[in-house]
Amino acid sequence: MTGFWSRFRRRRIAMIGLIVVALVVAVAIAAPYLYPQSPWKMVQRPFLPPFANALVPLGTDTLGRNVASGLAHGAQVSLLIGIVSTLVALAVGVPIGAIAGYFGGIVDDVLMRFTEFFQTVPSFALAIVLVAIFQPSLTSVIAAIGVVGWPPVARLVRGEVLAQRRREYVEAAILAGQSNFTIITRQILPNVVSPIVVLASLMVATAILLESSLSFLGLGDPSVMSWGYMIGAARTVVRQAWWLSFFPGVAILITVLAINLVGEGLAEALDPRSSRDHH
Amino acid sequence: MQTLWFLSSRLVKGILVVLAIVVLDFFLIHFAPGDPAAVMAGESGATDEIFLQQLRVKFGLDQPLMTQLGLYLWGVVRLDLGYSYRQQMPVLDLVMDRLPATLILTGAAFVFSLVIGVAAGAWAAANKDRPLDRAITTISLIFYATPLFWMALMSVLVFSVWLDWLPGFGFEEVGNTDNVFERVLDVSRHLVLPAVTLGLFFTAVYVRMTRSSMIETARMDFVKTARAKGLTEGVILRRHVLRNAVLPVVTLAGLQAGQMVGGAVMTETVFAWPGIGRLMYEALLQRDYNLLLGVFLVSAAMVVVFNILTDWVYRLVDPRIEVAR
Amino acid sequence: MSEEAILSVENLAVELPAGADRLFAVEGVSFEIRPGETLAIVGESGSGKSMSANAVMGLLPPGTRVAQGIAKLDGVDLFHLDEAGMRAIRGRRIGMIFQEPMTALDPLMRVGEQIAEVFEAHGLLTPAERRARALALLTEVGIPEPERAIHAYPFQLSGGQRQRVMIAMALALDPVLLIADEPTTALDVTTQAQILKLIKELQRKHGTAVMFITHDFGVVADIADRVVVMRQGKVVETGTAAAVLGDPQHDYTKALIAAIPTGHPEVAPPATPRAREIVLEVAGLTKTYTTSGGFMRPARVVHAVKSVSFDLARGETLGVVGESGSGKSSLGRCLVRLIEPEAGSIKIEGAETMGQSIGQMRQWRRRMQMVFQDPYGSLNPRSRVGRIVAEGPIAAGVPVKTAIAKAADLLAMVGLDASAVDRFPHEFSGGQRQRIGIARALALDPRIIIADEAVSALDVSIQAQVLRLLADLKARLDLALIFITHDLRVAATICDKVAVMQRGEIVEMGPVGQVFGDPQHDYTRRLIAAIPGRSESGPLGRVRAAGA
Repeated sequence: MTGFWSRFRRRRIAMIGLIVVALVVAVAIAAPYLYPQSPWKMVQRPFLPPFANALVPLGTDTLGRNVASGLAHGAQVSLLIGIVSTLVALAVGVPIGAIAGYFGGIVDDVLMRFTEFFQTVPSFALAIVLVAIFQPSLTSVIAAIGVVGWPPVARLVRGEVLAQRRREYVEAAILAGQSNFTIITRQILPNVVSPIVVLASLMVATAILLESSLSFLGLGDPSVMSWGYMIGAARTVVRQAWWLSFFPGVAILITVLAINLVGEGLAEALDPRSSRDHH
Repeated sequence: MQTLWFLSSRLVKGILVVLAIVVLDFFLIHFAPGDPAAVMAGESGATDEIFLQQLRVKFGLDQPLMTQLGLYLWGVVRLDLGYSYRQQMPVLDLVMDRLPATLILTGAAFVFSLVIGVAAGAWAAANKDRPLDRAITTISLIFYATPLFWMALMSVLVFSVWLDWLPGFGFEEVGNTDNVFERVLDVSRHLVLPAVTLGLFFTAVYVRMTRSSMIETARMDFVKTARAKGLTEGVILRRHVLRNAVLPVVTLAGLQAGQMVGGAVMTETVFAWPGIGRLMYEALLQRDYNLLLGVFLVSAAMVVVFNILTDWVYRLVDPRIEVAR
Repeated sequence: MSEEAILSVENLAVELPAGADRLFAVEGVSFEIRPGETLAIVGESGSGKSMSANAVMGLLPPGTRVAQGIAKLDGVDLFHLDEAGMRAIRGRRIGMIFQEPMTALDPLMRVGEQIAEVFEAHGLLTPAERRARALALLTEVGIPEPERAIHAYPFQLSGGQRQRVMIAMALALDPVLLIADEPTTALDVTTQAQILKLIKELQRKHGTAVMFITHDFGVVADIADRVVVMRQGKVVETGTAAAVLGDPQHDYTKALIAAIPTGHPEVAPPATPRAREIVLEVAGLTKTYTTSGGFMRPARVVHAVKSVSFDLARGETLGVVGESGSGKSSLGRCLVRLIEPEAGSIKIEGAETMGQSIGQMRQWRRRMQMVFQDPYGSLNPRSRVGRIVAEGPIAAGVPVKTAIAKAADLLAMVGLDASAVDRFPHEFSGGQRQRIGIARALALDPRIIIADEAVSALDVSIQAQVLRLLADLKARLDLALIFITHDLRVAATICDKVAVMQRGEIVEMGPVGQVFGDPQHDYTRRLIAAIPGRSESGPLGRVRAAGA
C-alpha cells in the first residue's frame, strides 16, 4: 500500500487532480455554511454580471438567484449522484461479471447476452426514457445512471475473472476443496480489485457528466440545484448572459477532468507493469 | 455463402435485440406510475377521454398482461408505433421524417471523430513522451471531460454570435434557392458546428484508444521482426503497427456508435437540428411518452443495424475471422 | 585468427535502465564467429545471452544501451553506424530468427508479402521477382504446398511452419550471419529436431555463420562448433564444443552439464521389490471435446483422452510423456476431475470415484493432489505463503492456527525457511515457488501426487534440485507419483514406468529401460530420435559414457 501511494504521488498531474477533487469535496461539504440560504432564493436583481458585487461574485441568473451559491450546492448533488450511481453499477456489474467469468459455458452465454443487450441500447437515450417515465427525482436519476453504467463493469470483471480462472492457483484451490463462493471472493476477486477501482473512478466522472446532461434536459430532481440545470435554464439567454452557462460548465469540466486524472494516476500506480519495485 | 450465413445470423440476433427493447418499452409503460393509457397518450392526450378509450381497446388494457404484451408486439411488428396526440401524427411518420437529419449529423460526426481521432492518436504515439504527445493527450483529456451540451452552447456563442462565422441554428436557411449545389453548401455550413461539437468527445475517446493501442502494438514481436528485415521506422509504423493497432479501435468505434445517438439529443437540442434527438427533447417537454419510446426504439434499431455493418466490415478487414468462425 | 572472423565482439557492455537488479545486462563480453561456423551462446535465463545478440543487431529494448565495446562485422564497426547504415546491415548482412514463432509474424499480412518485404526493404527486385523468390524460399525451407502457403496468413500455419517462414525471411538475402535466438524453445521436440536439421542444411548450403542462442546443452551438442557459456552477464567459458562439453573448466559449466537429466534412473530400484500395493486403477478413461460446427458444418470431435487405462502402485513413479496436444495434461486433470471425464473408471485404493457427489469428491481428492507447471501462476499473488499451503486443511475443517503451523513444517520439509509462512509469493524465485507448490500438494497427506510439467519452466540447475526433492519426498512419504512431462530426459531420470501419449491415447507403456531402450511404437522411436544431444558418439554422449 505504501508502495502504491509513493508511485501515485510521483505522478504530478494525478496529484493536481487529487487536490482539485479534494477542493470540490470541500466546497460541497461547506456549501450549507458558505451559503446558508437556499440557492433557489432571489438575492439580487436578475442578470447581475459577475465581479460586480462582492456578495454575488459570479453574478445572478434570470430570477436574481446567486450563481456562486448554486455552484456550491450543485457540487453536492454532482458528487452524491456520481458516487452513489457508481456504487449501484458496481453492485450489479461485479457479481454478474464474476459469475459469468468463473462458471463459463451456458451461464456465461446467458449473462453476456443480457449484458450485450444493455450495451447495444443507446445508453443516454435509455437513461432519458427511464427518468422521464419514472418521473425525475434523485432516486430515479441514480437508478438510471446505474442501469446504463453496469455493463462495462460486468464485461471488465468477466474478462479479468476469466483470465484469473485459467491460472493454476484456482485449480489448486479447487483441489484444496474450497467452495466456488470462497474461490471467487477470497482467491480471485482480490486479484481483480485494481482494474475495478480504476474503472470505478472513471465511472464517477462519467456519471457526473450524465447527471448534468439529464438535468440540462430538465430531467433532474426539481428540488435540488444542479450544474446541468443551471446551464439548461440559462440556455435561452446565452446571448445576453454568457456567465450563467459559462461558470457551471467550467465547474463540470474541472471536476470531471480532475476525477479522470486521478483515475489515470490510479491506473498507472496500480499497473504492475509500470512498477519496478519487484517483479 | 459464408457471408450470407453470417449476415443472416447477425440479422436474427439484431431482431431479437429490437424485440427485447419492445418488451422493455412495454414493461416501462406498465410499471410507470399512473394509468398505462394515460402514459401512452401523453400529458396532453390524457385529458381526451375518447382517445384514452381508443387506446384501452387497441391495446386490450383490461385483458391479462400477456395478451397486452402480444397486442403491443403485434403492433410493432406491423410497424405501428402508435399515435402522437400532441403532434396529430403517427409516431413512425414523425420519426421517419426526422431520421435523415440525424443520420447526416451522426454520420458526419462519426467520420470526423474517427479520422481525426485515429490520426491524432497515431501522431501522438509516434511521438510518445515528447511535447507533441503531451499536447495531444492533454487536449483530448479536456474534450473528454467537457459536457457536450455546454460545448455546443459555447461554440454557438463564440463562432456564431461573437465571430459570426457559421450558423448556429437549424438545418438550412428558410426559403433558400432550388439550386442543389447551393443547398448542399448551405446544409454543410449548418452542419459544421453541430457535427464538430458532437464529434469532439468521441475524437477524444479515439485519440486515447489509438494511442494506447499503437504503443501496445509497437511492443509486439512482429515489429521486432520487421526491424530485423531492415525496414525503415516509417514503413514499420504505417504498415505493421498502424494496421494492427487501428483494427480494434475501428471495431470499438463501430460498437460505440450507439452512444452517438445519445449525444445527438444534446446537440440537436442546442442547435435546433431537426433530427430524432430534437424530437426526443420535444417529446420530453410535452410529456409525450409514446413518442419518446418510439424514438428510443428507432434509435436502438439504428444502432443494431450499425453494429451489424461494423461486424461485417471487420470480417472483411481481419483475415483471422473468416476461418476462426 | 581474428582476421578471418566474420563477426568479432570485443569487451561488450550493455547498460540496464536505472533501478534494475544490476548495472549491466552484459559486461566484458568478447567472442568471434568465423564464416560457416556455428557459435552457441549458452546460459540460463538472465545470463544476458539474448541481450548480446540484440546488441549486435542494434535491436536493444528501450532503456538499455551499449555502454562499451566494439562489434565488427566484416571489418565494419556496428556500434558506430547510424540508423540508415544499421538498416542496410539488418536483413541483408545479418538475418535473425526469434523464439516465439506464434507472435513473430504480422497477423494481418500474407506470408508471401512478409517475405517479399525483405527485398523491398533493401530496394531489390521487382514485385513479380520478389514473389517468385518468396515462393522459391518457401520451397527451400520445406513448407508443404508453397504455392498455397504463400497466400496464407500466419494463423493458418503451425508453429513449426511459422518458424520455417521466419527462417526463409532471415535467409532471403543470403546474409553472412544468422542470429537464432532460442528458435526451437517454443516447439515440440520432433519439430525442434526438424528445424535444427533445416538450419544445419541451409548453413552448409549457403556457408552462413550462425550465432545460436540457447539454454539447452543438448541442442548445443547437436549444432555447435564452438561454445560461449554465459552467466549473469559475463562469459565464464569459451571453447570448441567438444572441449567445453567434454572437459568443462569452469565450475558453473560443470554444474550446468551435471544438471542435465542423464536419461538414466538416478534412484536405484529397491533390491527386493515389495508386493505391489495398487493405489490407483484407471480403466477406459475418455474425454472428448466437440467444437460446435454450427449450421451446415460438421462438428469436429477431438479426443483429449481416449480409453486410457493403467495402474499405479505405492512408491511407484509413472511418467506420462508426449508432445503438446497429446492429451497428457488433460489426463492429469481428468484424474483429479478438474476436467470431468465422460467415461471410464478411476479407483483410488480400490474405491470407485466416478459418479460421486461434490461432497464425496472433496473427500477423496485429498488423496490425490497436484503440483502445477507455472511457478508464477500457480500461487495466488495476494495470499501469504503459509495461507496458500494451509488452504486445503482449512477447507477440510482444521483450525486455521493448526493448519498454518503444519504449513510451516511442510515448508521446512521442502527446504524453505519457516519465515516463508508470512511472506508473499513474489518474494521467492521460480524454484522456491515450485517448492511451495509441492508443500501445498503435501498438506492434505495425499497418497498420489500428480506433477504436471512441474519443472518445465525452471532453469536446468534448479530443475535438477526440484527433481531430487520430488524423488526424495516420494521415497520418504511412500507416495505414488504421476509425472507429466514433454521432456523424455527428465522422465527417464525420475520414473519407474512411462506411458507415451499421442492424440489422447497411450501408445506404449512399460518400464523406463524397456520403453526408451527398446521402443516398440513408431511414435516413441520418433520422439527418442528427436531428443537433442542424444547421439552417443557426440561429445555429450561421451561425457555421459565417461561419467556412468
